[in-house]
Amino acid sequence: MARVGVFICHCGENIARTVDCEAVAAAAAGMAGVAHAVDYKYMCSDPGQGLIRSAIETHRLSGVVVAACSPRMHETTFRRAAAAAGLNPYLLEMANIREHCSWVHEDRTAATAKAIDLVRMMVEKVRRNTPLQPIEVPVEPTALVVGGGIAGIQAALDIANAGKKVILVEKSPSLGGHMARLSETFPTLDCSQCILTPRMVEAANHPNIALKTYTEVESVDGFVGNFSVTLRAKARYVDLDACTGCGACTQKCPSRKIPNEFDANLGTRTAIYTPFPQAVPNKPVIDAEHCTRLTRGGCGVCQKVCPRDAIRFDDQDRLETVSVGAIVVATGYKLWDHSALGEYGGGRLADVIDGFAFERLASASGPTGGRILRPSDGAEPKTVAFIQCCGSRDERHLSYCSKICCMYTAKHAMLYRHKVHDGRAVVFYMDVRAGGKGYDEFVRRAIEADGAEYVRGRVSRVYRRGDGKLVVRGADTLAGTPLTIEADMVVLADAVTPQADATDLAQRLGIGYDEHGFYSEAHPKLRPVETATAGVLLAGACQGPKDIPETVAQASAAAAKVLGLFAHPQLQREPTVARVNEATCVHCRACIAACPYRAIDDREIRTRAGELLRTVSAVNEGLCQGCGTCVAVCRSNSLDIAGFTDEQVMAQIKAICDF
Amino acid sequence: MSELGYYPGCSLSGGGIELDLSVRALAERAGLGLREIEDWNCCGASVAHAVNHELAVALPYRTLALAAGQGFDEVLAPCAACFSRLKGTAVRLGRDPALVARMADVTGRQYSRPVRVLNVIEFVDRLLSNYDLAAKLGHPLAGLKVAPYYGCLLSRGEGIVADDPEQPSAMVRAIHAAGAEPVEWNFATECCGAGFSLSKTEAVIGLGDAILSAAAEAGAEAILTGCPMCHSNLDMRQQTINAAGRGPHRMPVLYLTELLGLAAGLAPETLGLNRHFTDATGIRAGRS
Repeated sequence: MARVGVFICHCGENIARTVDCEAVAAAAAGMAGVAHAVDYKYMCSDPGQGLIRSAIETHRLSGVVVAACSPRMHETTFRRAAAAAGLNPYLLEMANIREHCSWVHEDRTAATAKAIDLVRMMVEKVRRNTPLQPIEVPVEPTALVVGGGIAGIQAALDIANAGKKVILVEKSPSLGGHMARLSETFPTLDCSQCILTPRMVEAANHPNIALKTYTEVESVDGFVGNFSVTLRAKARYVDLDACTGCGACTQKCPSRKIPNEFDANLGTRTAIYTPFPQAVPNKPVIDAEHCTRLTRGGCGVCQKVCPRDAIRFDDQDRLETVSVGAIVVATGYKLWDHSALGEYGGGRLADVIDGFAFERLASASGPTGGRILRPSDGAEPKTVAFIQCCGSRDERHLSYCSKICCMYTAKHAMLYRHKVHDGRAVVFYMDVRAGGKGYDEFVRRAIEADGAEYVRGRVSRVYRRGDGKLVVRGADTLAGTPLTIEADMVVLADAVTPQADATDLAQRLGIGYDEHGFYSEAHPKLRPVETATAGVLLAGACQGPKDIPETVAQASAAAAKVLGLFAHPQLQREPTVARVNEATCVHCRACIAACPYRAIDDREIRTRAGELLRTVSAVNEGLCQGCGTCVAVCRSNSLDIAGFTDEQVMAQIKAICDF
Repeated sequence: MSELGYYPGCSLSGGGIELDLSVRALAERAGLGLREIEDWNCCGASVAHAVNHELAVALPYRTLALAAGQGFDEVLAPCAACFSRLKGTAVRLGRDPALVARMADVTGRQYSRPVRVLNVIEFVDRLLSNYDLAAKLGHPLAGLKVAPYYGCLLSRGEGIVADDPEQPSAMVRAIHAAGAEPVEWNFATECCGAGFSLSKTEAVIGLGDAILSAAAEAGAEAILTGCPMCHSNLDMRQQTINAAGRGPHRMPVLYLTELLGLAAGLAPETLGLNRHFTDATGIRAGRS
């Protein structure tokens, strides 16, 4: 015989203003199976929880309904109180009479009647609830960090420094990511290389970090605490153990005209190359697409000059499977391709460049040795126009703000004026969004101390006149006039977008992404580094445009989540997962096909002698997210979600339909 | 012989008569019949939508409803302004059934079925693809360098023009078919001043001068257009521009259909080339 206790919360005035809580309590007292019903001003407060605890003991309650706010708000709170009084926490349910009732209604009589209905539904469910036990899952205390930019390096170091093992995977030949390409960083103008490269070296040499460059994630299986990840180590054609990084091969390689992607294609590199002087590992890789030996045979100069015999033309991709308990995704971003902006030349004008190209021009290690020289003829530009919001905040292209461009454009204008004293830096902007510590001061400095000319307005056209000048036409919307300037170089602040293969990787990882391809966090405010897939965490610009400070903060947050997960040898999960009734399962496999988490598999039932009796579906409790898709598709009605069985849900529906 | 609905609008019997002559001559040469929509009315052009939005839709609606009622699936509007108004209205009607109902009420006519509106570039492409115009282009303008000029109405309008509004290229195919050579230039979508030709001539002088200069600088021997307003601002106003101390320019401005007509061996007089303000009779087939 059920003995349900019902507790009606006033939530101060939040509920009581619209719902007559005493009337709800009185109505609940008369419901079948209810042994005790009471209302109270703040049920979540300590005395409120005390009411529940003592009632469970005094009235020997077999179940509890708390009619209050959303279970998302306080279910854990109340279930903990029930557990403290010795009641299985899954025998407590919440009826949401705030978000679902008092907050959305005005008519007190009708709202009170609805609250009573909501309570009745939950009483009917609780009468059918059964005790559930949390699922225990072992945890493999090794983290996989995908991406070796500043986000991945930071997350890996934080986890490794806490004593846990990390596998750090980077798809390019070196650690460093985009940050290694930057000249100086806002708002302090410290040299990007100087603050980054020591971290790269630390990550590479850390005893707890296994660094795997030129390696990509091939596939992911398993679940939180127990992922099995297959990695593809791409053929490097250089034996990293034998190679000393002496550089003899790169000096002698005859294929020298390959555009250098690290330098935004402004310079060239050889077919066997080290991406940049501070690369980690500081050892070369052969670009198979451009190597004469690998494409057409012959050559082989690098092999001949290598004093260590480290060149391996027969190298192949290698697959390796690793076991990890958590995955930090730190795959970063790329700049939007401005060839869609026909009004700015559509990518056909050599002196209309993007932000990375400017970074490389300004960098001491760049193709011009840090001198600002325009790509078309190597002349020093005396007027540079910077155009912000290229692709971003544009209904034709990308709706969002790329967030970092206002700051890096101010930095570019500043660096240009530092290097070309008689030059003009003209910045066209829509708004200056400089929300960050020291950021607005930095922009003011670019304008007031360094003389950058800020013009509020969009540029409508950029075209190259016969004499080589770039004519930049736009509007000064503060002066209310059209404006034309003649520039020698134009820098477009192209939007920050996800990597080209971002959605592909997301599907392999089983995580969500938004309409642009940025990875989705589990909750935009309260769970900003977690994904909807337990054990997979986000760091950096793969989740949305971010600058370095914010990226590093998020990476450390992701590391903290990993360490929290690894703090216990076993992991407790909610037991609200799918369960198969093996007696009725006909093994039609519809659930296996429908499961979005690949949590259902075949299970063979054998006799003690090993003879196969039949095969049924079996749910992996570690993988199951309790979404219920399998329950809906099951033809023989053999699946149920624990805590949300068909019987329980039908009883709730009946409770409002019958009344 | 198949037929296309024909909407000449006002300018094709006036300032844009060369466009009318060359379109009709080219259609005939290719074997496509043009039948004028009976009782057509003003498209509203650049005036109506500045005064009354409902009127700006009602005027083209009435013409489209007439065309539908007279059995046309497609209507050619050679004037770029007429095209923009008619096609823009057809697009809106296709997206908004409530607008169709309101316009039926306003004009007392039913728009019984959708009508596709073609501009002059699409018309030429149609003749090249579906009719045997390509085979009849026996008098190529070999090596003639032309600046394809789209202006606004043949490059812009979401759902109206399919081309890239910033870097249009729709004329290139026809130019190659005529044996001519398009130049790369910066002012293909620059504003010609349009209706300011009459109300603010000095603005048109500056704008026209910039376009003519850019074409000449790019090595063009002629400018190609598909719009009577662009044509009058660049051709008729060329003398005014020169008189204002600009240039001096001597740049023939041809309709796309005139160029194709020459390549098809039609007489310059048939196409209306003798009617230009700036001499265009020097442009002829086989001259090099």
